[in-house]
Amino acid sequence: MSIDKDTARRAAHLARIEVAEDELEKLAGELSGILDFMEQLNEVDVSGVEPMTSVTPMRLKRRKDVVNDGGQQAKILSNAPDAREGFFAVPKVVE
Amino acid sequence: MTDLNNLTISDARDKLRSRDISAVELAEACNKAAAGSDALNAYCLKTPDLALEMAAAADLRIAAGDAPDMCGIPLGIKDLFCTKGVTTQAASKILTGFVPEYESTVTSKLWDAGAVMVGKLNMDEFAMGSSNETSTYGSVVSPWKSNGSNAELTPGGSSGGSAAAVSADLCLAATGTDTGGSIRQPAAFTGIVGLKPTYGRVSRWGVVAFASSLDQAGPMTKTVRDAAIFLQAISGHDAKDSTSADIAVPDFEAALIGDIRGKKIAIPKEYRQDGMPTEIEKLWNDGADMLRDAGAEIVDISLPHTKYALPAYYVLAPAEASSNLARYDGVRYGLRAKLQAGEGINEMYARTRAEGFGPEVRKRLMVGAYVLSAGFYDAYYRRAQRIRTLIKQDFENVFADGVDAILTPATPTAAFGLGEMAQLDPIEMYLNDVFTVTVNLAGLPAISVPAGMTDAGLPLGLQLIGKPWDEGDLLNTAYAMELCAGFVSKAPKWW
Repeated sequence: MSIDKDTARRAAHLARIEVAEDELEKLAGELSGILDFMEQLNEVDVSGVEPMTSVTPMRLKRRKDVVNDGGQQAKILSNAPDAREGFFAVPKVVE
Repeated sequence: MTDLNNLTISDARDKLRSRDISAVELAEACNKAAAGSDALNAYCLKTPDLALEMAAAADLRIAAGDAPDMCGIPLGIKDLFCTKGVTTQAASKILTGFVPEYESTVTSKLWDAGAVMVGKLNMDEFAMGSSNETSTYGSVVSPWKSNGSNAELTPGGSSGGSAAAVSADLCLAATGTDTGGSIRQPAAFTGIVGLKPTYGRVSRWGVVAFASSLDQAGPMTKTVRDAAIFLQAISGHDAKDSTSADIAVPDFEAALIGDIRGKKIAIPKEYRQDGMPTEIEKLWNDGADMLRDAGAEIVDISLPHTKYALPAYYVLAPAEASSNLARYDGVRYGLRAKLQAGEGINEMYARTRAEGFGPEVRKRLMVGAYVLSAGFYDAYYRRAQRIRTLIKQDFENVFADGVDAILTPATPTAAFGLGEMAQLDPIEMYLNDVFTVTVNLAGLPAISVPAGMTDAGLPLGLQLIGKPWDEGDLLNTAYAMELCAGFVSKAPKWW
């Protein structure tokens, strides 16, 4: 098994997903199954092969560096679980 | 006379233009069919009033002689597409109550062309799944059943609501999205046509992102001609999606001449797997015979890196998803978890995501975060990207040798029962994508065409893979195969 309980806890933390302590063992098993499946990628000789970073080789389009949108505060906040005085509201961050 | 909701896009277009029917009548028929379809759970939201309003506007355009092909055509829209003022949740609890303030480019183009929205369609949560069982709205039930069995079957996924709705005539056609096979597999399971366009042909703007380098929207229709008409309406460069290609869009319907004499159609040996059901093998051989009889040359090819496509995909797609879905943090939209006294913003993020995402999404996001993490990035993510290059080169090599299209089965089996996959290893579920996922990694266009039935009476589909940007030629080959296969079966109505 490639993933132990501590590694599963770390993966959950990196993904910012709360996982109860007593569920970590099962999660480790599931993640291991998937990662073991990926191990076969190690059979391939990839030396000298460029990683694919663009599906279609093309240069990104450029545009003028000007303001072309904005003034939509109400729309941007319209779906917020908690919006106050024109801002997204969140629990206190600074102690 | 057949019910109007049973029409194809092309037939409806002709009847609308000749004023045999009105768009309002057509919308009413689809509204009625949708209203009576709750047992299928294909629609997660019905918009009958909006449909009638849009249909009335379409009738005015048709009367004025200003009617594009899609004008007055009632469509279902996968819940992944943002629709302005209409709830869009990607079938996830985490987007509960999300009402977009904007319209996706695909749906904008459809509405600009006069198409009519019947409702939003159920899907796997964030398009992650192959059986439409991960949805917060519950599973979609296929209109199809095995002979002599009453067991509920999957319509496939992730575009399972789209597939069920088109197959059961709850709309004339539907939008789908395809990241690893999510248009083609459900199309094959339900006896309809599903087209994944070349990556970049259709704008991804306003489509809830899963894996941005693999996602592509496309049509799910009753016929190949309808797929051509639908694709025409949604294609083209969009300044709001920097990966959408600024390439001219040809007339796809005009490409449907049905003549494929001299075309070179390839059979990749790596797709012939041990333990392949004889029904699938027979379907595949029959498909090759049909194309040969139509004048094509059938050649054997090798795509040597095929077996690595699935593991590479299950590195790359979760990695991209973990990045894309980082935005669901309980701040800007959707769900926010309740906190206890003394808890702060970190607990808010982690609990919101634990409560808002379903188990499959959570698992993939953790896999994605892991393969991107320090110390593992090169071993997993970077390596998978390199293998992706090799998979794309496999295809480039055969196309450079003069191959026009590649023929494969669309799925390794016919539709399976709802709940059956839960008994299996998650990898078994992922194997559903084995014939489709290579295409997403290589950015190619591919189409699933209904081509046969199992002994148990379930539809099977064949997949044709085409050259980049040559959907016209691909559609023409699919059209020739559709004519030969003569698939006309519909699921008997039980819902």
